[in-house]
Amino acid sequence: MTTRDGSTVLRVEHLTMRFGGLVAVDDLSFEVRRGTITALIGPNGAGKTTVFNCITGFYRPTEGRLALHRGDPAVWQALEALTDSGRRGVARPQGALFLLERMPDFLVAQQARVARTFQNIRLFAGMTVLENLLVAQHNPLMLASGYTVLGLLGLPPYAAAERAALDKARHWLDRFSLFDRADDPAGELPYGAQRRLEIARAMCTDPVLLCLDEPAAGLNPRESAELNELLLIIRDECAISMLLIEHDMSVVMNISDHVVVLDYGVKIADGAPEAVRNDPKVIGAYLGVGDEEVARVEAEVGL
Amino acid sequence: MGGMQLAGANIRTRLGEALRDTGLTALIALLLFLPLVGFQTITDIRDVLILTTRWPLLFTLVGSIAGVRFIYVMALAPRLERGALRLPQRASATAASILRNWFIPFAVAFVIVYPMLVVLAAGFGGAVRWVDNFGIQILIYVMLGWGLNIVVGLAGLLDLGYVAFYAVGAYSYALLAKAFGLSFWILLPLAGTLASFWGILLGFPVLRLRGDYLAIVTLAFGEIIRLILINWVPVTNGYAGIGSIPRPTLFGIPFNADDNGFAAVFGLEFSPLYRVLFLYYVILALALVTCFFNVRLRRLPIGRAWEALREDEIACRSLGINTTNTKLTAFAMGAMFAGFAGSFFAARQGFISPESFTFLESATILSIVVLGGMGSQIGVAIAAVVMIGGTEIMRQLGFLKQIFGPTFDPTQYRMLLFGLAMVAIMRWRPRGLIATRAPSVFLKKRRHISVDLVTEGRG
Repeated sequence: MTTRDGSTVLRVEHLTMRFGGLVAVDDLSFEVRRGTITALIGPNGAGKTTVFNCITGFYRPTEGRLALHRGDPAVWQALEALTDSGRRGVARPQGALFLLERMPDFLVAQQARVARTFQNIRLFAGMTVLENLLVAQHNPLMLASGYTVLGLLGLPPYAAAERAALDKARHWLDRFSLFDRADDPAGELPYGAQRRLEIARAMCTDPVLLCLDEPAAGLNPRESAELNELLLIIRDECAISMLLIEHDMSVVMNISDHVVVLDYGVKIADGAPEAVRNDPKVIGAYLGVGDEEVARVEAEVGL
Repeated sequence: MGGMQLAGANIRTRLGEALRDTGLTALIALLLFLPLVGFQTITDIRDVLILTTRWPLLFTLVGSIAGVRFIYVMALAPRLERGALRLPQRASATAASILRNWFIPFAVAFVIVYPMLVVLAAGFGGAVRWVDNFGIQILIYVMLGWGLNIVVGLAGLLDLGYVAFYAVGAYSYALLAKAFGLSFWILLPLAGTLASFWGILLGFPVLRLRGDYLAIVTLAFGEIIRLILINWVPVTNGYAGIGSIPRPTLFGIPFNADDNGFAAVFGLEFSPLYRVLFLYYVILALALVTCFFNVRLRRLPIGRAWEALREDEIACRSLGINTTNTKLTAFAMGAMFAGFAGSFFAARQGFISPESFTFLESATILSIVVLGGMGSQIGVAIAAVVMIGGTEIMRQLGFLKQIFGPTFDPTQYRMLLFGLAMVAIMRWRPRGLIATRAPSVFLKKRRHISVDLVTEGRG
């Protein structure tokens, strides 16, 4: 339905997050375009995960506007009116627009349909792989079960909804090569499979925007390459937009369409991967020196 | 020759070890039981405390403990060590699956025919005690255990004040039945609704609390309800309690000796057994309904959300689950079943007072859930039978007086049994009798999940 028409799916404007005296994110603005993969990179402690937590509603930003859109781009025109109205979002038949900074975390996932994964994997370890994927479909299933009343009576509409949910789970299990382990507890999976399961679980919520916090962390080079391929396939087939935090430069350079670089909470670069890679400011940030010294330090370390 | 010598030396060292071990055990037992059992204070006629001693009882206890320890170290321990090396894994697995397949139908059939068996065995007069004290009493706790299981076992919310909802159910029935003359069958759902309303009321302030803090607040809530019942004398009649609560009837036919009573209507000779049998089947039906709800809820999205909440609350929120509502429904559902059980309790006793709703009751119900294995239906039922049945059996052991003298009262040792069961379970099955979790849904094969992977829940 949605295509890579280049319209904006997420617009972050003047995002600032303060923790007491510490400014974790300082006046950050960027955009995520529909059907693209945007990477958020930066040295340790640059504020990447804080940005994620703001977008997904786990933190309430100190300042700034986070607007998420789906459907017809014309709905963007309602942004200013929505901001002034004080409401959380507008949903019209042709599309919807949400102000994420006004929504609690579970509504960001439920209504704005932003899904996320975590840096330290958060699976339901004591539940099976399949159950994990069904929990992700909680809201549609809850509606189908008539908020439990119809489900308790075992009426057919719920049975049909559950079958559909199982089919969707099966589809994603297949996609992430987890089908054989569907009935195993999630906590027993090897590390790489747990990472994949977490992404599969996020995909089961039918997201508009998928936020991946270091999906390749702890994976070996082969697993990492497989994950790259998988993410590209998902992007193209589901026309989904992704925002990812990553330290693994092979992942960042191979799959992202756009890169935003943060250092000490400030955006220092924003552009295509090639351009960012050669930006002296970015190299300086990673090497821990000012940009005027980059050439000297590079010569020193033999780059 | 050399081999025999070696074996002899082996036995000798083992004997020395066993004696040393037994001596140490006896010493510890002596130190423990000297103040607990050895001394006894008695108030005489002039209200003066007199210290008496119970040496024979003390030494019997210490001696038997030392004996058991000696046998364990000498005979049992080496055998267990050898056995542990070649444990037949597969055989035990099939045995477990046979048990799993046949246990439930057998257990349900047994509880249905239990009163008849008792009548056959003990006759009309003797059956009342067995059906009432064992059947009904145990089933009330099975039901409470299953209700609390929703809150503690599934949603992972540690609730130490569960008895408050039981009290709300009991007092709702007693007060409404006396004030408005409504029947048991109308008040049963009403009591459940009121209790679940109180569950939500408790749920709201404690939503943000987790683990120990949640436990403390729920404990306090249980005490608040009890203190209100004690102090709101105009309504609850305080410590004196509420008496002559209307008994449930069978479609309007009361169970009494009158001309329109059950026995007279059906042309039978009056016996208190009919009422007891009726109550037995009512609580059995209520318990089975609770079980059905529990099993069904686990397979519905709400049940999976409860379990997911126990596993990881943050992940739940990232998947769009409203954790506030999910927790509140868990509290409300658990409280509702306590409310049902409470109104049944009031109808059965005919008299209620705050004495029946002390913290000890909450602790008993919680220990049934913990001993049974959190989240396991069968485990909770077995634990209730053992704990409540065990303490009831202690009441029936009057003959022990002939051994230990007329002052020996076996009922006073109920708590000792309780503690012993706790220690044994914590030592050998720290996650309860049934330490596996059955998945709610499967694609190819239902594999039971070892409870080591399952989070206990700190929420």
